[in-house]
This record gives sequence, structure tokens and C-alpha cells, in this order.
Amino acid sequence: MKKLLLISVLALSVVACSQATKPDSEDIAGSIDMQEAGGATAGTIEGAEGAGGTELEGGKLVSYEENAINDPNNVLSQKVVYFAFDSNKVGDDYVELVKHHGRYLAFNANARVRLEGHADERGTREYNVALAEARARAVKQLMLYEGAGNDQIAVISYGEEKPVAFGHDEESMSLNRRVEIVYQ
Amino acid sequence: MIKKFITGLLFLSFTSVAQAVLKIDITEGYEGALPIAIIPFQWNGSKKIEDADVSAIISSDLARSGKFSPVAEKDLIARPQTPSEVHFKTWRIAGMDHIVIGSVTLQADGKYQVQFRLIDILKAKQVLGYSFTATDKTLRDVAHQISDYIFTHITGLPGAFGTRIAYVTVQRDNKGGDKGSVSRLQVSDTDGYNPQTLLTSAQPIMSPAWSPDGSELAYVSFENGQAEIFTQNIRTGARQSRSRYKGLNGAPAWSPDGKKLAITLSKDGNPDIYILNLNDNSLQRVTNHWSIDTEAAWLPDGKSIVFTSSRSGKPQLYLQAVTGNARPERLTYEGGYNASASVSADGKYVAYVHGEGNIYRIAILDLETKSSRILTDGPLDESPEYAPNNSMILFASQDKGKAVLAAVSVDGRQKQRLSFTEGEVREPSWAAARY
Repeated sequence: MKKLLLISVLALSVVACSQATKPDSEDIAGSIDMQEAGGATAGTIEGAEGAGGTELEGGKLVSYEENAINDPNNVLSQKVVYFAFDSNKVGDDYVELVKHHGRYLAFNANARVRLEGHADERGTREYNVALAEARARAVKQLMLYEGAGNDQIAVISYGEEKPVAFGHDEESMSLNRRVEIVYQ
Repeated sequence: MIKKFITGLLFLSFTSVAQAVLKIDITEGYEGALPIAIIPFQWNGSKKIEDADVSAIISSDLARSGKFSPVAEKDLIARPQTPSEVHFKTWRIAGMDHIVIGSVTLQADGKYQVQFRLIDILKAKQVLGYSFTATDKTLRDVAHQISDYIFTHITGLPGAFGTRIAYVTVQRDNKGGDKGSVSRLQVSDTDGYNPQTLLTSAQPIMSPAWSPDGSELAYVSFENGQAEIFTQNIRTGARQSRSRYKGLNGAPAWSPDGKKLAITLSKDGNPDIYILNLNDNSLQRVTNHWSIDTEAAWLPDGKSIVFTSSRSGKPQLYLQAVTGNARPERLTYEGGYNASASVSADGKYVAYVHGEGNIYRIAILDLETKSSRILTDGPLDESPEYAPNNSMILFASQDKGKAVLAAVSVDGRQKQRLSFTEGEVREPSWAAARY
């Protein structure tokens, strides 16, 4: 299992620039389309098994060692996923990031993460709690596909109750439409 | 009945540092309101207590309803103190329908006797008159009760000034960040006076809702690391955790008989509406759809709810019977965002948030004709709550980037802002009865 996962890590990081995957936007709890786009095919790489595989991606290290989440140079240092208005679809820019975290969980069975869903201030508070939960669940679903365990991932939704930006402009609101990946 | 009111004037047992008092500014007037003259009450044996100026409170209440236009004190043509001093012809020429006279008398026992008389100018006689006993602490309450008597007598609608409102305030630290922010569940008189804190938390508090008898509040608190629904008695402070399933526990709404809560749970995968029986904690599922279903509001007969669902792709309002796997009826079609219903006490209208583009405003839907009209200007209005007297809607709004409460009369013509001097205030709920 682990070997297989790591192999797909490397393959995906190669095609990451070309719309690697596309989550199904209609069904929040349903299946995510795992077909690599652009005809990229996954090859095997010798000696890639184990948790020590290290690859550079966009200047960031890709590694799933236990301490990788604390390494500012690791791709896992990015722990926030942003969303479009009234959408729970994990955008193309964030699919790879979420997968990296999912694989980290798969490689580190003791790791636990809480996905905190948030919304911007537009719309009603209770609907935003529901929307932000759907965002967190969409992130969780992607992680599960990467081999993370269901019991490793907790989901909580704060709706619009915990903003990080306090302006009423689009820039502030876009920062608030997010899922925070919080390792416990 | 009167006695019951007086003895019922209790204080919340929860001690708290008084938060900044709500200040009410009338932002728009209403030309068609009924003219009424509230003569400043005569104070006997005591100087007027500025914080409990009974006649001024009555005047402010009636103006706020949008149905009355009290004459400004400086424009009064006469100041009769007794019925015999009322010169009917003069008032009739001045175009006045009603006048209110009264007095506040300090008695030997230190209590106040408050008397008022409502005089119908056209009928040329007193049509209402009562005497109350109050302490300096209950004078404001008595004033609100008098407002209700006058309002009900003239309009035929139930009064709502003597009850309470609940709301949530949030104070953030100096940096404006979320860390160090404090949320409070607060209860005050309907004009924002006498605010008292029921709950203080570093985590969010949401969706306060009054039980029908005004004795309890249901709300959502994140204090234990997840969304959890509590009910709390406002007199004893006793509270109970009612729902802490995995996932969402939100949008509590009391059934009209006070025995059940409609709530939103996502324990079965995605948000659906359930009914929680408060006697035995049993759950009954009402909706079952893969989309978001939330924000239930009961119709007064207790048989149906209006709720928000994204089953059409965008949030819209639906009406559904709570039993028998009934099919939901879609209520709203205009605009891409219609949510957060509040049903009027007579069950004829639904106030809701109507979003179009980036503008969110409060609108009213007529359940019979299915026609709707927009009442407010936005751009970020939410949490509409019908006043129990059906004549006004409280809602949360933004004023110069600050979260405030506002009230609008159901004809949209009378608007008022209720503003705190500091912090954000949101999610108003208006009690139908005073406990």
C-alpha cells in the first residue's frame, strides 16, 4: 500500500502543472475523479518505497517524514485551502496540496488532523456553517482517497464565525473562505 | 392580569458586567403613522428618574413600531395632567387621534405608583387606564407594558415591547484577530436597555432562540470543541446540553408548543433537519437530501416548517410538513440566495435573507400570494426575526463596517439602528412572552 501511494505521489508531482486532477464539483460526499488529466501515465521509480522519498516541487520539498509538517521548506507547510464563493469544490490549485497532506496521513498512521471549515461573511450564518462543513468534508474525502484513515481526520465547521481577515472587500473574503488543516 | 405582570418583572439571576447599552437611532420616519400625543408624565414626590422616563420610553416604543408617530415634546400644544384638563376640540383641530396622560408617584413604602390613561380624542373619552406598582428597577418594564397596552388597544395586534431580546456580541482584541475574541450571549429589554450576559466564551456562540414562553434560550456553543446545542433557563441559569452529535449541531428552533426543537444535524453525512423531542431526547428526521438543509422555522400550527435548502443548486426556501415524509414545496425563485426564514406569529408571512449579486437584504414573502418584497438596503443584512407583534423585523446589519442590529417596520418605511458603542452585535431573537 505504502509503495503504491508513494509511486503515485511522484507521478502526480510531475503532472501537477497540467491540471492534474479534477474533483467532482457536484457531489460533495461522492467520488473524486482520480484520472490524471493530460494523458500523464504513472511510472514506477526504483527505490521509492518507504517514507523517506524526497522530491522537489516548486521550490518545496515533498516528503512525508513525521516532522515534515513542521518543516517550512516542505510542501506540507502550507496548511490552508481556499475556496470560491458558495463552493465546496477543492480548486485545481489546491488538489495537489490536499493530496500531499492525505499521503502524509497515510504514511504516518499516528498523525491526527482536524479540518476546520470556514466561510466568508456573505449569506446566512447557519447556511455558512453547513457550507464550510461541506468544504472540510471535500478536503477529507480527497485525503481519504490518498490513503488517510477515516479516524485520523476530524472535521469541524466554524462557518463565518472565525474570520482571519476583517475587511468587507473580496480580498478579505477570499482569505476567509478556507479550510485549515490543523495537525493535533 | 396586571398583578401578574408586576410580579413577573424579574431580573436575570446571572450577574454580569453591564455591557455598553444599545442606542437606538431612528434613521427613517414614516409619514402615514398614527398621530399620538404622549404628555410627559407628572412625577410626584420624586424627581424624574432620567433613566426611567416612563412617558419618553412609551413614546420611543410606539415610534419604533412604525405604526405611530408621537408628537415631539416641544411641539405639544398643551400638557393636561388629568382627564378633565383635556380640551378635546383643540386636540381634534390639531389632528390628534389619541393622547396619553399619566403620573409617577413615589409612595411611603419607597415604591412608585404609575398611572396612565389613553384618551380617544374623537370619542372624547378615556378608553384605557391602569395603575401599576413599580420599584425604581422595574419602572422601565412598566413603561414597556404600558406601550403594549396602548399598541394592542389601538392596532388590535399583540404587544411586544415588554418582552426581551437576545443576541450575540463579539469583542475582538486590539489586533482585530480571532485570538482573544470573546463571544457573549446577551439578553436585554426590547429597546436594548438592561443588557445581561448569559454566557461568555472564547469560542463562537450562535443562533439564540427563545422558547415560546420566554423562559429559556436555545443556542449553539462551540465551547467544548464542537458545535453543541444547549438550552438555558434565563432565571435559574440552569442549562442542558441537548445535542452534540458528530458534525453540525445547529439552527435550533422551538416548536410552538415548546416541547421540541427543530435542529440541523450532519451526523448522517450531510446537513438535514431533525426534530428533537425535549422530553426523551428522541430524534425524528424531517429532511433527507444530499444537499444542505438547514435553518428550520416553524409555522404557528406546529405542523410545518420553512427551511433553507441548496437542493436546487443555490439556497432557496422550502415549506414542508414535519411528518409523513412530505414533499417539500419550493417557496422562492427570485435571486440566487434566499435563506434564514422567520415566520410571522400569524403564519402569513416569512421574513428572509434575499441575496442578489453581492447584496444581501431582508425581504418578506406572503405565503398565500407567494409574492415578495424587499424591505432593506443591504449590503450585508441577515438574521431577520419577526417581532411577536408582527409589525417589525429585527435583523443584523453592517454600518460603516461594524456589525449592528437594526429594526424595520414590515412596510419597510420605518427603519432604526440599534448600535453598541463597541464590539459587534448580531443574531437577534425576540421573545414572544416575558417570563
